Amino acid sequence: MSGANFLFWVYALAAGGSAIAVVLTQNVVRMAFWLIVSLGSTAGLFFLLGADFVGAAQLLVYVGGTLVLLIFGVMLTASGPFINMKTNPGELVLAGVVGCALLGVILSTTGAVAWDALPSSQHQQKLGFNPPEDGSTLRPLGMSFIGLRPDKDLDRKGTSGQLSTGYLLPFEIVSVHLLVVLVGAAYLARAKRRQGS
Amino acid sequence: MEGVGLTEYLVVAGILFVSGVVCMATKRNAIGVLMGVELVLNGANVNFVAFSRYTKLGLDGQVISLFVIVLAAAEAAVALAIALNFYNNHLTIDVDRGDELKG
Repeated sequence: MSGANFLFWVYALAAGGSAIAVVLTQNVVRMAFWLIVSLGSTAGLFFLLGADFVGAAQLLVYVGGTLVLLIFGVMLTASGPFINMKTNPGELVLAGVVGCALLGVILSTTGAVAWDALPSSQHQQKLGFNPPEDGSTLRPLGMSFIGLRPDKDLDRKGTSGQLSTGYLLPFEIVSVHLLVVLVGAAYLARAKRRQGS
Repeated sequence: MEGVGLTEYLVVAGILFVSGVVCMATKRNAIGVLMGVELVLNGANVNFVAFSRYTKLGLDGQVISLFVIVLAAAEAAVALAIALNFYNNHLTIDVDRGDELKG
């Protein structure tokens, strides 16, 4: 067993096991901890898949940003000692049965498809100016965000036809969307001033 | 042992997805429901990156997974603001208590 395969099993077991632990734990703070473990191991899976920038963004944005936001939410909405928010055991058993059925449907469906029939990426696409052995996807990702696709256009045969399209417009839309959403969230969550008191 | 292929990654993504769905359905804490949504989006991201590595999808899958990460961050911010408002009005974030619109 090679090192990459061993790391895959380590990360896969950590991601799946802590995802299940998120479901089974009733304490919110422990749920946040298991979610950190699950998302971090998923970032490890991204690194193993050669997507180094996506893995780094997962660590920075998810683990560093979104989860800290969720933990702030846990702290700001502390439930009192008399509020019981545990799930009933009967509901938990029912949810386990339904979840196992859903997992069986998904796994049998993915197992029934012949994924080997797909044209595989034998050539490990040309990644701009970086040799593919480096595994660096940062430069081609950045160029695709400004609308250029050197990874698709450099090895194009002939000069006819158009260049491949990038992701400039979705990038702009999603950045403005993020700004609007953050301003709106700050407006929604601001401290209310009570009238007349 | 044979090398790890596309199917193993799809199995991991399926486990993440089902865990997220069950988490969304069973948790009564609104923050727990949000964590379930994060798990579901994360399973979808594993699928995108795995297909971008093992098929001819190429770099497009990684770009889409970056968009998913950004949109998940935005969704978490808005949902957390809504949860805080709900807590200010009800002094709890039990989602079973938000039933004023029930007919």
